[in-house]
Amino acid sequence: MLQTISLLVENKPGALMRITGVLSARGYNIDSLTVARTLDPGLSRMTIVVDVDPQLRQQVIKQMNKLVNVLQAIDLTDQPAVAREMLLMRVRAPMESRTAILKEAEIFGARVVDSSIDGFALELTGEAEKLEEFIDIMRAYGDIDVTRSGMVAVSLEPRKLRLSPPVPKADPVLQDPMRKGA
Amino acid sequence: MPNLMSGSQMLLECLMREGVECVFGYPGGVMLPLYDEMYEHPLRHVLVRHEENAAFAASGYAMATGKVGVCMATSGPGATNLVTGLVNALMDSIPIVAITGQVSTKLIGSDAFQEADTFGITRACTKHNYLVKSISDLPRIVHEAFYLASTGRRGPVLIDLPKDVLQAQAHYSPVSAIHLPGYKVYTDGHAGQIRRAAQMIWEAERPFVYAGGGIIASGAHDELRRLVELVDAPAVCTLMGLGGLPSSHPNFISMPGMHGSYAANMGMTNSDLLIALGVRFDDRVTGRLAAFAPHAKVIHVDIDPAEISKNRAADLPIVGDAKRVLQRLIKALEELAPEAASKKAEARRAWWQQIRAWQAEHPLVPEVSSTEIKPQHVMVEIDRISGGEAIICADVGQHQMWAAQFIRFNRPRLWINSGGLGSMGFGLPAAIGAQFACPDKLVFAVIGDGGFQMSIPELATIASNGLPVKIVVVNNGYLGMVRQWQQLFYNNRLCAVTLDCFPKAESLAAAYGFPGRTVDSPADLRPALEQAVSEPGPFLLDIKVSPEENVYPMVPAGGAIHEMILRPPQPVSVPK
Repeated sequence: MLQTISLLVENKPGALMRITGVLSARGYNIDSLTVARTLDPGLSRMTIVVDVDPQLRQQVIKQMNKLVNVLQAIDLTDQPAVAREMLLMRVRAPMESRTAILKEAEIFGARVVDSSIDGFALELTGEAEKLEEFIDIMRAYGDIDVTRSGMVAVSLEPRKLRLSPPVPKADPVLQDPMRKGA
Repeated sequence: MPNLMSGSQMLLECLMREGVECVFGYPGGVMLPLYDEMYEHPLRHVLVRHEENAAFAASGYAMATGKVGVCMATSGPGATNLVTGLVNALMDSIPIVAITGQVSTKLIGSDAFQEADTFGITRACTKHNYLVKSISDLPRIVHEAFYLASTGRRGPVLIDLPKDVLQAQAHYSPVSAIHLPGYKVYTDGHAGQIRRAAQMIWEAERPFVYAGGGIIASGAHDELRRLVELVDAPAVCTLMGLGGLPSSHPNFISMPGMHGSYAANMGMTNSDLLIALGVRFDDRVTGRLAAFAPHAKVIHVDIDPAEISKNRAADLPIVGDAKRVLQRLIKALEELAPEAASKKAEARRAWWQQIRAWQAEHPLVPEVSSTEIKPQHVMVEIDRISGGEAIICADVGQHQMWAAQFIRFNRPRLWINSGGLGSMGFGLPAAIGAQFACPDKLVFAVIGDGGFQMSIPELATIASNGLPVKIVVVNNGYLGMVRQWQQLFYNNRLCAVTLDCFPKAESLAAAYGFPGRTVDSPADLRPALEQAVSEPGPFLLDIKVSPEENVYPMVPAGGAIHEMILRPPQPVSVPK
């Protein structure tokens, strides 16, 4: 079953690799992954959709929370959350289909972001199923190229972020410099 | 400017501030700026003969002391050779810091000479790792690495240091605090959970303590002993936990699991409350999980929340450091005693009778013969000399299991072996690390003839440092554990397990300039060990043991732990 994981991550080199490593080490294939900065430029929000064995879902979340660069990993699969995906589509269609395409786009709430004599570029956001329906319909009008963003999700519940405070560095345990070659 | 330092100087300054006494390493091209700085630096550098052994020696050092062990290697092959030692430290939660050289930042990604993606390769082999891109990050990263390695669930941390960072100059100011907001260290445990645990323990009729490496790591051995005595429960220590409770303690029921004792496995299986302390329900302990301790509720104390209910669901989890949790648990237990204790006294007496009956029914008895040296006999003789006080560094295989079964440990940090990864070639370099850490202690490296031949180069390290390690090769001419499985589960089709060439111990040791001796009769066993121990320096003993001995009891892979093979199923013959 697909699991939706939301992570708050330090924006550091290698952080993405560590997180995907938790999944790849267990042989899981990632269905979608999105990353972008949060309000704090030092932090990134990541949404991962992945097919995980139901008994191992908790284990995967725990392993992600163990990573030093992960501030919080939560399983949104069965939680109150909103999940959306964006799609960009180029559709090449004959002149006589143009009106019908625009009508179809209007029904789905898609916006036209480019128009040429070959056809249109369209933008649509929504739940994955809605995007898939749109793709199926637009196929009937001509050749299409599709790029999907992958899912982004936000929890609808306030979540307390527990961060570790700085730990004062203990007094140095200085070695006696005279004991060379002890 | 008084505080202007090179990256190399800064690294050494930080190591001194962390109290590092010695590092195990092997130099190379990109590490030259650092080694040049070490030329007149008080930090002791031990030159091993292979980088893998630098990681193992650092691990032996860490396991013998609880302090962070440090190893160093150059870029490329140096770093890749560390990998096995890093994974070993990850599996056994050993605090080590590995420092690797890297090609200059401008060359990274250009397939430069001796370049490897060490940061990428070691991501899954470490608790955390760093690639230092700027000298200004260096002090912070070094102190973070030591903090990460030595707190929470211990483990290996690697710092990859490009050559130009070692050569760069910058002002050094000491790091005043470690700030890792996403790194959570759980220590005390939940007070309510601890109270509930105390109630469960007093209410249990057949409690059983299952203690592991976490007891050693947190230094909770005194608390474990107090707990076991207070509730008068039988206790086992896992392979990684041996020494957590003295082997001579009357409540100690030896080791559980695949080669555990009958009483330990029957006790686990029939218990109604498992008090699991710093353990991870490893498959070598639990056997078939579905049949493991089927009647028991489980209290699981562990510092790593990801271990809770990973393999076996915990009825009462407590996330915390074993020492801190046990201190508070003992207090909670004492508050409820003695009224609580008396309620189940009858059932507890019956439980002990049952445990003692199992011990009497199938005790762990070493094989001893007057015509050939039984490997178990070797362990008994080492145990006699050790008296529970020597450091025993084992390699991996049959001898490791016999050592765990028959050598006693009165304290923690005396038993050093590769448990989770089961990495052959660990024993000898680990003994080097342990001997450096504890120069006045008697250190045995107890190794099979297979593992020994993986570590022969380190005889040079032992000789050149005059380390008085007593190397005991338990030589059966086979990769014994693999052969045992081929005999028992692969129709006795022995494939690639015969080690028919072994150097003559006297000559090999003499080549390195120390004494050695071959022993092939039981009568010579004790005098030979005594001779080895009485020598002031290193000694190599090659003990030719009966080649066909196997380790029992044994739980077949996938079997339940109460379904042990107690004796060889039929006289096992070795095809010629």
